[in-house]
Amino acid sequence: MSARSLLAFLAVLAVIGLLAFGLLSKGETKIAVGDPVPDKVLPALPGPGQGSIAKYRGSWVLVNLWASWCVPCRQEAPVLQRFYERNRQNETTVLGINVQDNEDDARAFLREHPTGYPQLRSVGDERSAAFGSTGVPENFLVEPDGDLALIWRGPVDDQFLRERVAPLIKGS
Amino acid sequence: MIAAAALAAPAIAAGAPHPAPQTTVNAIEAEVMCPICGTLLELAESPQAKREKVFVAKLVAEGKSKAEVKDALVAQYGPSVLALPKASGFDLSAYLVPILALAIAVVVLAFSVRRWRRSGRANEPSAQDAAASAPQGEDAERLEADLSRYDL
Repeated sequence: MSARSLLAFLAVLAVIGLLAFGLLSKGETKIAVGDPVPDKVLPALPGPGQGSIAKYRGSWVLVNLWASWCVPCRQEAPVLQRFYERNRQNETTVLGINVQDNEDDARAFLREHPTGYPQLRSVGDERSAAFGSTGVPENFLVEPDGDLALIWRGPVDDQFLRERVAPLIKGS
Repeated sequence: MIAAAALAAPAIAAGAPHPAPQTTVNAIEAEVMCPICGTLLELAESPQAKREKVFVAKLVAEGKSKAEVKDALVAQYGPSVLALPKASGFDLSAYLVPILALAIAVVVLAFSVRRWRRSGRANEPSAQDAAASAPQGEDAERLEADLSRYDL
């Protein structure tokens, strides 16, 4: 094999290797029902303090990813608040996580749509990637042991919570 | 004294003076991303992009420099807000490919130069070749005569 052929071969090999590496490492985070919920200690919103999903271990947690600019999130907030009030006695909570947002807007949203359930803020938006999020709102029901029981990539309403979420909690 | 107080009054009424902007909204928007849309902020019109533009405009109005605005954007929206590929996963190739291409180009160039020099040396006429190809006899006389006509 001539030097030129060897060089061409190595160059092609390098490009193929790079592409293969890229494709293998590209995969966004995939989470599925039954997996442990992605968790991290995050600052509380509006603060002070911090929190995490693990803090509610032993309870059902409906994690809601939201952003202030998201119109469906505005419609969903009172629905989630009602669900929280109905179920808070049953070892069930809602946990909002603000993503893809800036803090001032997030605070303004909560002033406009006050929620009784706890709120955290994903600074730098790395929680979106951890949840494999494609947009907002997204909702994740977490079992008392920390595994995912339901993944819903979209807004929820009263009917959805009654028909899809409540039976899982009651059936536990 | 009254005149001085009268002059100062509007400034006091208006609150703290606004610092002079150190950069422009357009300059920032051309260099940062709308992370949700995956496009430059200046090209994005999504609801998130609109809020991000408001955020940028507020910081520019506060007199923040371009670097300070970018730092604040990263703190709020994450590093993907910078119009730079990530140094991980497939995006890493954006950094590796140019380096790899440069390395290959240098190696190819070095080989080519070596080959060119070697072939140049091989094609160089020897003294014997020069003597053999020189005009002989009648041709040599005619060449000499022609050249002498041009002698000054």
